[in-house]
Amino acid sequence: MRAAETERAPGIDPATSEPTLASVAPAAPPRIVTRRLNAFFGDLRAVRNVSIEFAEKAVTAVIGPSGCGKSTMLRCLNRMHEITPGAIVEGDVLLDGVSIYKGGPDPIAVRRHIGMVFQRPTPFPTMSIRDNVSAGLRLRLTSRPSKTETEEIVESALQRAGLWNEVKDRLRESAMALSGGQQQRLCIARALATKPEVLLLDEPTASLDPMSTQTIEELVYELKQSIAVVIVTHNMQQAARVSDRTAFMLAGELIEFDETTTLFTRPRDSRTEAYVTGRFG
Amino acid sequence: MLGLTYVAAVLATLPLLLILFHLLRQGAASISLEFFTEMPRPVGEEGGGMSNAIVGTLILLGVASAIGLPVGIGAGLYLADKRNAPLAMTVRFLSDVLNGLPSIVMGIFAWEFLVRPFGGFSALAGGVALGAMMIPLVTRTTEEMIRLVPASLKEAALALGYTRWRTSVTIVLRTALPGIVTGALVAVARIAGETAPLLFTALGNQFWSTSLREPIAALPLQIFSYAISPYSTAHSMAWAGALVLIMIVLIISLIAKYVTRRKFAGGGD
Repeated sequence: MRAAETERAPGIDPATSEPTLASVAPAAPPRIVTRRLNAFFGDLRAVRNVSIEFAEKAVTAVIGPSGCGKSTMLRCLNRMHEITPGAIVEGDVLLDGVSIYKGGPDPIAVRRHIGMVFQRPTPFPTMSIRDNVSAGLRLRLTSRPSKTETEEIVESALQRAGLWNEVKDRLRESAMALSGGQQQRLCIARALATKPEVLLLDEPTASLDPMSTQTIEELVYELKQSIAVVIVTHNMQQAARVSDRTAFMLAGELIEFDETTTLFTRPRDSRTEAYVTGRFG
Repeated sequence: MLGLTYVAAVLATLPLLLILFHLLRQGAASISLEFFTEMPRPVGEEGGGMSNAIVGTLILLGVASAIGLPVGIGAGLYLADKRNAPLAMTVRFLSDVLNGLPSIVMGIFAWEFLVRPFGGFSALAGGVALGAMMIPLVTRTTEEMIRLVPASLKEAALALGYTRWRTSVTIVLRTALPGIVTGALVAVARIAGETAPLLFTALGNQFWSTSLREPIAALPLQIFSYAISPYSTAHSMAWAGALVLIMIVLIISLIAKYVTRRKFAGGGD
């Protein structure tokens, strides 16, 4: 679990953005901003006019009942929504002040800057543990890391994901031999290896046992020391445990967005209150 | 009930065991090094081999695979990707029809379009006919195998910044590869014994030929012509040929198993 110090806060790729302000943590501008974001599946409007900011070096949780559009909203942040046939995104999403939709940015390039981990662990079954972690690195056309650099990156990504000690002696083995919780941490390591600026977690512990869940939650807490983390969860206790700020969504709309403690203890909206007190959902 | 399933399971393997046993009894005596290295002897004469037919069958399988595998795998990838597109539905249906097409019809078709216009029987025409028979088999197994790859895996690759193309090749195709290889080899094994499509295309050849533009000998054709001849020496050669044909199929299946087992050895992409 203790490995965050081996890794510097990822700098911003000079090609894509403004000079970094990472050193001024509290007043840092938000990493991701959405502006009147709407997402559709055909005629179904799953996300409605969501404008929200995701802070640097913080964990933002998005909660809400099933079907409220929280995962869809998350998938708009790295342009994964549009891979579904018939899916449309309107409005805008800014990463460090630059639109990831307008002005023709390549969605592939966007996804390389924003890591994502899914509900079920998705290790690539044909690859070894090491190759899983370095999978994203091999995509680079230029400045592809050398073999030794790759080894270092793999080790540090596995360290950050808290998996290194468990797998260091079997990096060449299949990733499928790992337990569910280990596989999920492997997926986090895989996402971290490319040094993303933001990490999106889509219900990352929904398929895991309580012990693995706790490990992942501790890991999320570590990760926010260096990057922005957005976690979608249907588990309110989890949101309360890991996040600095929490957004509550209902029927595609952003109902309330506040400091996590405020949202859970003194919600302003009656619907938020009803949800966090367990009266529906 | 469970007892009946045991009986069914044994019955399912019984034909193969009986065939193998019978072929070994009838054909093994005629198999020697000579069988693989010698040309057929004139009718009625003892000895000789089927070297031309063995090589001919391998060449035909090579030509058929060169056509059937890329087209079949490509079409399977398309069907798996564009599940419900009108073209995909049509292709899927037609490929099922093609799969059920009697092989003699395929032979006549190949004769009409590849033999008659070019003025002669050829190994190429035979290979094309066999390749066309492989396509629907390979297409459907490829599609099925690709569909077995969870969509979540594809998403994970895309989210990592893989292009669609690269996701298809290095993640989806690779994950499905053992299944596709098995399906391809099953298709090769299946057409290895086809006789009807070769009757009007490759024709058969008593002499040594490896040219794609000439008629070529093939094991099934040779077995057929020996089996219908009245000589007992020819009959035992037919049995031996059948045994070799089965052995080729068995070896192909063993290769399939070996390839599948080795999937982690390489690592990386």
